[in-house]
Amino acid sequence: MEYKDYYQILGLERDAKQDEIKRAYRKLARKYHPDVSKEEGAEDRFKEVSEAYEVLKDPEKRAAYDQVGSGYHAGEDFRPPPGWDQGFEFHGGGYTEADPEAFSDFFESLFGRAGFSHGFGAGQRQQFHAQGENTHAKIAIDLEDSYRGGTRQITLKHSEFGDDGRPRLRERKLNVKIPRGVTEGQQIRLAGQGQPGIGEGKPGDLFLEISFNPHSLYEVDGKTVYLNLPVSPWEAALGAKVQVPTPEGSVNMTIPANSKSGGKLRLRGRGIPAREPGDLFVVLKVVAPPAHSEAEKAAYQAFSDAFEFNPRSDMGG
Amino acid sequence: MVQKKVTALSGTLLDEQCLLTLSELCRACELPAEEVMALVEEGVIEPASGKPTQWRFSAVSIRRVQRVRSLKRDLGVNMAGAALAVELLEEIERLRARLKRLERER
Repeated sequence: MEYKDYYQILGLERDAKQDEIKRAYRKLARKYHPDVSKEEGAEDRFKEVSEAYEVLKDPEKRAAYDQVGSGYHAGEDFRPPPGWDQGFEFHGGGYTEADPEAFSDFFESLFGRAGFSHGFGAGQRQQFHAQGENTHAKIAIDLEDSYRGGTRQITLKHSEFGDDGRPRLRERKLNVKIPRGVTEGQQIRLAGQGQPGIGEGKPGDLFLEISFNPHSLYEVDGKTVYLNLPVSPWEAALGAKVQVPTPEGSVNMTIPANSKSGGKLRLRGRGIPAREPGDLFVVLKVVAPPAHSEAEKAAYQAFSDAFEFNPRSDMGG
Repeated sequence: MVQKKVTALSGTLLDEQCLLTLSELCRACELPAEEVMALVEEGVIEPASGKPTQWRFSAVSIRRVQRVRSLKRDLGVNMAGAALAVELLEEIERLRARLKRLERER
């Protein structure tokens, strides 16, 4: 397994003081916290930073880490020497407050999970509560999935105790029904699909948070869907009947005469089909073609002759 | 890695119409009732009026509570700070969605 350089992860020297460690962690945690950051890879970075802090904030774990890890470099293959943790007593248990699901094999090989390795006190966490813990995952679906409903397969990674009492990574595929009318940020609760309970305890629940993949045509805001519709100047001025795509298939729509660019036309109830369906707004965008041929230039000249129009009148020009 | 396959599962959609009691919300967020009551006091979540035994929370509260909980745990902020952060984050989300739309309209 890979050796992790916790000092490097927090951007610290090996002789950093405890208050420097805390400061470095807090700064990075604010930057990469998955609830705060939209940066690519922020969640993985946050897990790494939390793991590093989990070890370095605790003088006992830090001393053990320093002893076992001296001479290793980040990414090198690492095997803990047998019995290395003799003589250390980890009062706080393997984990304290951080999310134990998130930690690496490297961490687990050193500090294990509260309650099964010798030398570890009973954890303060709810490790021994009978009820399994709830788990959380994110799932990205297409806008069309929300209109149609349907089934999506998701792959979840989680660790589980094997027969030998060691945790191992397990991959689980779940086919999940996507309820019709789901919107971004909503959660689906799958009862009993979280962490298994301990003893007779019931398993926890799995919470899936929905997000939408970017769409080439539509923008979504809550239950409201927006579509930008290019129209020609004469369609906007004279009115027209046009075919408009919607996630449920195209519909015929009338563009009223003298519509403006940026004007919004509402297709009531054609937004996300939630219990109270949202609306779909068609945003008109007037697009003027370039004039190339003589006939096209003449047509623009005719415009110019026919109109008393100054687009810059409110600029005092 | 071990693989296991399961047939299609249907869950509960936690939308505005889905209402939870205090104990259901506590279970969903893995928090003791006192913590949830403190969140009500702070105005982070608003139950339909009445005594705590009659409280009903919109299921969208779950996400807010989970966020407050993880911000408190990971960033060492107190309840008021986490409440402020959650409101600002939601505001940023709304603005980002709006910005994305407006950039497209140009």
